[in-house]
Amino acid sequence: MIKSRYLRFAFAAAVASVLATASAARADEQFFPLQSYRVGPYAAGGTGFFGGFIDYLNLINIRDGGVNGVKLTWDEGETQYEVERGVEVYERLKGRPGVAAWNPLSVGIAYAMIDRITKDKVPLITINHGRTDSTDGRVFPYVFPLLLNPYSETSGIVNYIASREGGVDRLKDKKIVVLYHGSPYGKETIPIYKLLADKYQFSLEQIEVPHPGNEQQSQWLSIRRAKPDYVVLRGWGVMNPVALKTAQKVGFPADHIIGNVWSNSEEDVIPAGDAAKGYIAITTQASGEQYPVLQEVIKTVYGAGKGNLDDKKRIGSVYHNLGIVNGILNVEAIRIAQAKFGKRTLTGDEVRWGFEHLQLDPARVEALGAKDLFHSINVTWDNHEGDGRVTFQQWDGGKWKVVSGWIAPDWAFLRPIIEKSAAAYAKEHGIKVRSSGDDPVSN
Amino acid sequence: MSAAPSTAQLLPGAGAFAITVGAAVAFGAVPLLGSDYLMDAVLTPFLALALAAVGLNLLTGYAGQVSLGSAAFLAVGAYATYNLHLRLPQLPLLVDLVLAGLIAAAIGIVFGLPSLRLRGFYLAVSTLAAQFFVQWALTKFGWFSNDNPSGVIDAPVLSVAGFTFTSPAERYVFSLSVVVVATVLTQRLLRAQSGRNFIAVRDHELAAKVIGVPLLRTKLLAFGASSFLIGIAGALWAFAYLRTVEPAGFNLDRSFQILFIIIIGGLASLRGAFLGAAFIVVFPLLLSRAGAALLGGVFDSGVLEMSQRIVVGVLIIAFLIAEPRGLIALWDRLWRAVARPAAIRNT
Repeated sequence: MIKSRYLRFAFAAAVASVLATASAARADEQFFPLQSYRVGPYAAGGTGFFGGFIDYLNLINIRDGGVNGVKLTWDEGETQYEVERGVEVYERLKGRPGVAAWNPLSVGIAYAMIDRITKDKVPLITINHGRTDSTDGRVFPYVFPLLLNPYSETSGIVNYIASREGGVDRLKDKKIVVLYHGSPYGKETIPIYKLLADKYQFSLEQIEVPHPGNEQQSQWLSIRRAKPDYVVLRGWGVMNPVALKTAQKVGFPADHIIGNVWSNSEEDVIPAGDAAKGYIAITTQASGEQYPVLQEVIKTVYGAGKGNLDDKKRIGSVYHNLGIVNGILNVEAIRIAQAKFGKRTLTGDEVRWGFEHLQLDPARVEALGAKDLFHSINVTWDNHEGDGRVTFQQWDGGKWKVVSGWIAPDWAFLRPIIEKSAAAYAKEHGIKVRSSGDDPVSN
Repeated sequence: MSAAPSTAQLLPGAGAFAITVGAAVAFGAVPLLGSDYLMDAVLTPFLALALAAVGLNLLTGYAGQVSLGSAAFLAVGAYATYNLHLRLPQLPLLVDLVLAGLIAAAIGIVFGLPSLRLRGFYLAVSTLAAQFFVQWALTKFGWFSNDNPSGVIDAPVLSVAGFTFTSPAERYVFSLSVVVVATVLTQRLLRAQSGRNFIAVRDHELAAKVIGVPLLRTKLLAFGASSFLIGIAGALWAFAYLRTVEPAGFNLDRSFQILFIIIIGGLASLRGAFLGAAFIVVFPLLLSRAGAALLGGVFDSGVLEMSQRIVVGVLIIAFLIAEPRGLIALWDRLWRAVARPAAIRNT
């Protein structure tokens, strides 16, 4: 029968390709499956982030011969930022030997993977984004929203505004407008802004911009009527430059617009031209190529012709540096886990242990050549965010310039909210909450 | 489209045999021998999209009503299943699934009302309203996602009568069972008077009215049944396949994808819906794997992805020029070439 012959051929082809890829890896290699997106509407972020990540892995391989002799390998699967493609790549690459961690840089893909990685016992890193309550490592043993979750970002922005006004008590009777993207991502922080407004007594208005956000005249007219002291821009993609241009049209000063982590890249400001001059945005990692680790990447990796970015002008850009920092955190987690388990290829669960002990103080960060690139991280078994500090940078028309010190979000204030949400998740999914870091992880 | 002789006519007795073998392979050999990748990344999405295509084919292929709102009904099915499961935990999952289908059907009927006055492109544009309205409502009202702060919801564990479907193979078997039952029921519907009414309305609305086909009922039945199937497909897509639901996953692109499936597979053919879904799901994967294996070292994944899109696009065009009636016509032609000499020899 033709039908079965065709099917058999298709199955054989699929199975053969899985086997072929599986047999390629050797001992003493640690593999990073990359669900990258170099095509589609978010390609600018994807090429920068995954470019930076790969550049750093290359640096470790070329300069140090891997992590204690264990070579780092990776393979990319294109997702176009689409959840089902991310799942397909997950299923395609999960069988490779020595998978260290997954780094999708996409909230949707991360959500779809939580069940899967928990079952497969491999860490899932959602640096600067992801599910806020996965900060609670007691409930989410394998999920790590490193450096900054959305709630901390909110608190960091409010603390920065307070520091500009001269202290949190000066926030009283100030007016803040949050302009958010009309998507689950955009709406996530609505309750947190409300809580902070109650706590610090500032008046708050939150205005939605429907996706994709290429028309914001009416929103900015409302803002002009409201006369706020600050506008927080919680944008995404084309919404950001349009917001800046429309703000200029209605005469709102750019240096009183504060962007969040998805509104903080070169790609968000360059299309706005002049209107972006003076605009300020939060970041966990400063941009620029003056940091020693970036210099080594340029010398060692790009010098050897192995650089991942096609456009060398993007070295040191926001997304590229985020990729570099992500590389540092992944590599250091492996190094820490190796110190406990031995200098060999680690299992996913051993790498999880490494992430749960990922403590890099400012001195260690400096030794890694990343002083001022990012501040520090202090991940523990129950705090998977790791107390990342944030800084603020201002666009001067050509590049970002850091304009604040390292600011700490109000973690103590946020933790009970996170624990409540995580407890609800644990209950809904019948997860046993861990009571110490040594608890065997069950699911 | 009824001109092509069916397998059973060409090879008497072979039909039942083929069905038995097919069922044994699909329910037995594939889940036992197939890899997780095959089941989780290829077959389960294929089944969900195929069911959605069966639903749209009922409406567009058989009853001639063009719709661009399929993704909206997928979303309704997914969210309805989630909310039924969450808020009425005493109901068994299969009941949730059927109720979710009925909710999707009800919404489908509401958005089908303009079909009484509008045809062709005008109707297609009015079904776009469903697409945008549903997505907007699901994002706007937090109730639908249980006030989850990020609006993305997690799938409940699939369980029927105490048996849970968690591994890829189990979820595949669950999807397959649902799809088989739904497809058989659809076929019954199409072979009955209602199916002939659909075709009559499609081929000549005025003539259908003259010979006494109730237009209102027929069109609304088509919208209702179609949305019912698409709603169930949405539940499978979300809970058996992705295991997470977000409104953005059900955008206009998805509606177009389902429309392309039935156009490529063949309008007014249930088998066409499956062939089309296989083409749309499996072919890009094979191409992407082949591309990565052959040229992965030379180009980065972005370049490869773009060239695959071009290849798929060109193939679709080439193929619709060669066979405008879709894959199913090509398939039947192949079958005739193989089976007819055999049938003659047997007589």
